[in-house]
Amino acid sequence: MKPSPFQYHVPLTVDDAVTILNNVAPDDGHILAGGQSLVPTMAYRMANPAHLVDINRVAGVDSVGVDNGHLSIGCLVRHAAFETPVIDGPIGDLLPKVCHHIAHYPIRRRGTFCGSLAHADPASEWCLVATTLNAIIELRSVRGTRMVAADDFFEGMMSTARAENEMLVSVRLPLMKETERFGFFEFSRRAGDFGLTMVLAVYELAGGSIVNPRIGLGGVEDRPSRNAAAEQILAGSAPSDAVFVAAAEAASASVEPMEDIHAPASYRRHLVKAGVLSALRQTVQ
Amino acid sequence: MSESLVDISLTINETEYRVSVEPRYTLADVIRHQCGLTGTHLGCEHGVCGTCNVLVDGEPVRACLMFAIQAQGAKIRTVEGLSQGDTLHALQQAFMDHHALQCGFCTPGFLMLLTGALETNPDLTDAELRDVLSSNLCRCTGYQNIILAARAGADRMKQLTSPMPETATLRPADA
Repeated sequence: MKPSPFQYHVPLTVDDAVTILNNVAPDDGHILAGGQSLVPTMAYRMANPAHLVDINRVAGVDSVGVDNGHLSIGCLVRHAAFETPVIDGPIGDLLPKVCHHIAHYPIRRRGTFCGSLAHADPASEWCLVATTLNAIIELRSVRGTRMVAADDFFEGMMSTARAENEMLVSVRLPLMKETERFGFFEFSRRAGDFGLTMVLAVYELAGGSIVNPRIGLGGVEDRPSRNAAAEQILAGSAPSDAVFVAAAEAASASVEPMEDIHAPASYRRHLVKAGVLSALRQTVQ
Repeated sequence: MSESLVDISLTINETEYRVSVEPRYTLADVIRHQCGLTGTHLGCEHGVCGTCNVLVDGEPVRACLMFAIQAQGAKIRTVEGLSQGDTLHALQQAFMDHHALQCGFCTPGFLMLLTGALETNPDLTDAELRDVLSSNLCRCTGYQNIILAARAGADRMKQLTSPMPETATLRPADA
């Protein structure tokens, strides 16, 4: 349970971090942010990076701000920053509700929002939030910056569109309207454990009807995803238990769940139905 | 790959330790093996059990998930720094009073977890305390006595730091 040797780099600016990463990435160099997923993986020797670029001393990337209708989250913002609302309004309320499910208190002091996205564990709460809310992910390399929509970013189990020489420097979450409602469900076997199924339901209520519904599922398939079958049933309908049940059943029927030691596919399929229903019912409470 | 040693300085319980480390050495291993502070225990070594919790700049963190080289310049506190001479910290006393340990292996991790959480928020509710305690594993107690001790220790910590002097006389220290 001891990590193998690596060369340690400690840049003080994003530019320096990106330059170092560009030099060491071909030689199995990686960014070290909170380290709450990477370091255990190294302890297991499942990851043996030859270089670590520690960004914990990089200046100016540890704040949350509002930028052009988005909540902008820098790459050193820890999970704990979201335990209480960072902003007024629905998204300010949504993030603490989700954050509470992330691992445990000490882990939330170190782990970062952006690090979770870069790691892309299928059971990551923040990856689910990013996908459901159509986040924009900022990737920087020595060549420049590119913006990638969350939907294009997550490519599979711990696999993303980030190139090895790119650093995930921030994520932007669209602010939610006052008329938007949300519900969040997570089932895990112990407090703080990986979610076997997570559901984030968001929609706008306009004239008594559901507009722009987003049903995000996490921990079910190899990456977080929106569920079109459920969203089609919800769109244009008035919120009611019958509509919610129909959406939950449609979601459950349309997923292709992972199987692992904790749960067969049929179990996760059942959790999707229970979770979508629970998340939707929260929107009318 | 390099196995060359780097000279660093760590400030633990207000004492400076100069040590030579490989970058891969965890903070937990360096605290134990090179600084000789063996009160910090290691259980799982991958962030699950919480036995190695220490305070880094006031925050409880898993010392097995941080490299010692990252902790330069930080104020580190370990279980050795809790008591004042022969006077136990309020949480240590509460753990004794409520029989919140059997073998004691997990206790330093629980104490540092609670110290950090309660110094940050002295008003944690019972539910919030339980949530904080879910961070750590104990294989002896079944947790109920740890929950009782955490509540009693939290109340005592608040009493000791209360601005109203008369409250200190309302309850004896060792109930």
